[in-house]
Amino acid sequence: MDNLRKEWLLNALLAGALFAVPLWAWMANEPFIITLATRIAILAIAAVGLNIALGLGGMVSFGHALYLGVGGYVAGIAAYHAFNGTTVMGLPGTNQMLPIWGVAMVVSGLVAGIVGALSLRTSGIFFIMITLAFAQMGFFFTLSWPAYGGEDGLPIFMRNQFPGLNTARPWELFLVAYGVLLVTLALFAMLRAARFGAALMAIRQNPDRAAAIGISPFGIKLVAFVLSGMITGLAGAMMADLTRFVSPAMMAWTMSGELIVIIILGGVGRLFGPVAGAAILVGFEVFFGGLTEHWKLWLGLVLLAVVLFARGGLIGLIAGRAQNG
Amino acid sequence: MADPVLDLRGLSKSFGALKATDDVSLTLYKGEIHALIGPNGAGKSTLMGLISGKTAPDAGQVMLNGADITTLSVARRARAGLGRSFQVSSLIPDYSALRNVMLALQARQGHSYRFLRPVNHDAPLRDGARALLARVGLAPRASVEAAMLSHGERRLLEIAVALALAPKCFLLDEPMAGLGAEGTARLVTFLRALKQEAPILLIEHDMDAVFQLADRISVLVYGRIIATGSAAEIRANPQVRAVYLGEETA
Repeated sequence: MDNLRKEWLLNALLAGALFAVPLWAWMANEPFIITLATRIAILAIAAVGLNIALGLGGMVSFGHALYLGVGGYVAGIAAYHAFNGTTVMGLPGTNQMLPIWGVAMVVSGLVAGIVGALSLRTSGIFFIMITLAFAQMGFFFTLSWPAYGGEDGLPIFMRNQFPGLNTARPWELFLVAYGVLLVTLALFAMLRAARFGAALMAIRQNPDRAAAIGISPFGIKLVAFVLSGMITGLAGAMMADLTRFVSPAMMAWTMSGELIVIIILGGVGRLFGPVAGAAILVGFEVFFGGLTEHWKLWLGLVLLAVVLFARGGLIGLIAGRAQNG
Repeated sequence: MADPVLDLRGLSKSFGALKATDDVSLTLYKGEIHALIGPNGAGKSTLMGLISGKTAPDAGQVMLNGADITTLSVARRARAGLGRSFQVSSLIPDYSALRNVMLALQARQGHSYRFLRPVNHDAPLRDGARALLARVGLAPRASVEAAMLSHGERRLLEIAVALALAPKCFLLDEPMAGLGAEGTARLVTFLRALKQEAPILLIEHDMDAVFQLADRISVLVYGRIIATGSAAEIRANPQVRAVYLGEETA
């Protein structure tokens, strides 16, 4: 079987398992498992966003938790004002997911645009440090923002709603997250196959060549960075709804690191890398976290093994090198 | 003479006390191959950087078809019609030969901000790229990744990529480097035909190829052009013989 078919099969398997397990849990009345699957789906969406910048564009953003947090605070603030019946900047709050997602994506896109415009002039370690610095600015800003909870964070008393579903039920919230995950995966695949993806991946491999044939690296990378931030911001809004809580911790640098770890574990630049990586991470946390509080040590060893022996992550291990045609 | 396509006017560039490019003026006319030769360290690479836009000059201008492109970025110069190849093959390593050429065709059309249609289903792009690969004799290797091609094949792919840009002039940086005798001979024939399409500024170490191909030759020494003329004039020029050709033709 050739590698391309292996990858498709593996992708289908992952997508199927991520649906089948919570489906079983729903029938067996195991809400905890459903919530875990929802968490995997939402983390995967966030990592799909990062995968555009990091995987396709080679931009190692060590600050993507910023967009996760921005999305989270948009959801939290909207719900807070809807609950109190007050307004924010002249607008009423809302407890509807769809408009919240729209605002979360716009705001995180704007933030990513500013961060990208300033940081994409650098590369390598400087880029990593600047993206980290911006995320830390976000972290400390929310930490000292008493209007929305400061370091205590902001609870969402009633989970925001999605038309036609009761999001208070774990299974129905899972369906929302799973649906959004499939849509973002389709977007990623489309982007990668299109001219934009061809240009972006070429810039990652050889920016001088791309410029010499007339493709300006800066513009393409900036657009990719903004799209990346928007998708991660969307995931942030959903994450806030899952935990019904937003706090500065969402913007912590460890969260940025976790997103990178997800992509490396799953497979950098691979369509289902974020899904595989998120499943591994959450799986580790649950199974080994139950056995020992030092589970991150074991995760670290796995990460080390992946980086040393399986550069393509889980997807690469099974389906070989990425095919770019 | 005919219209100048590429016109370098008094280009200078210093790095500290080192004058890497010293008041270089050079004109490339329609239909000609103009070779730039010079010993190692003469400043050929710096001059190449000034023309392609990688380096900004301290003084002087780069004109393309009468338009001043001195302040344009590398990418914008490429879009304006400057088709360069690299001294060390510089391709997209993970892309197949075909995808490398398709990318150049895409860049020439200027449509890289397209997010929907898969590029692999873009028939005009594929067919155009296939035709160009056939022209340089790489058609059978179209689906091989650039990183897996032989050195000679990569040199040919560089040319195919430059062709895909349909440039107003070619800037070829040592296209013969590392090619065997047979490969060089084939490329000489190819370039001789190519100059009718767009003039070629050829930077080359292979003296035989240069004397066979070039309509005019400029000799660069310590950042200055010390002589410009036909192959015969350059061969006869005593100054050139002294500083450069002396060892090789003696």
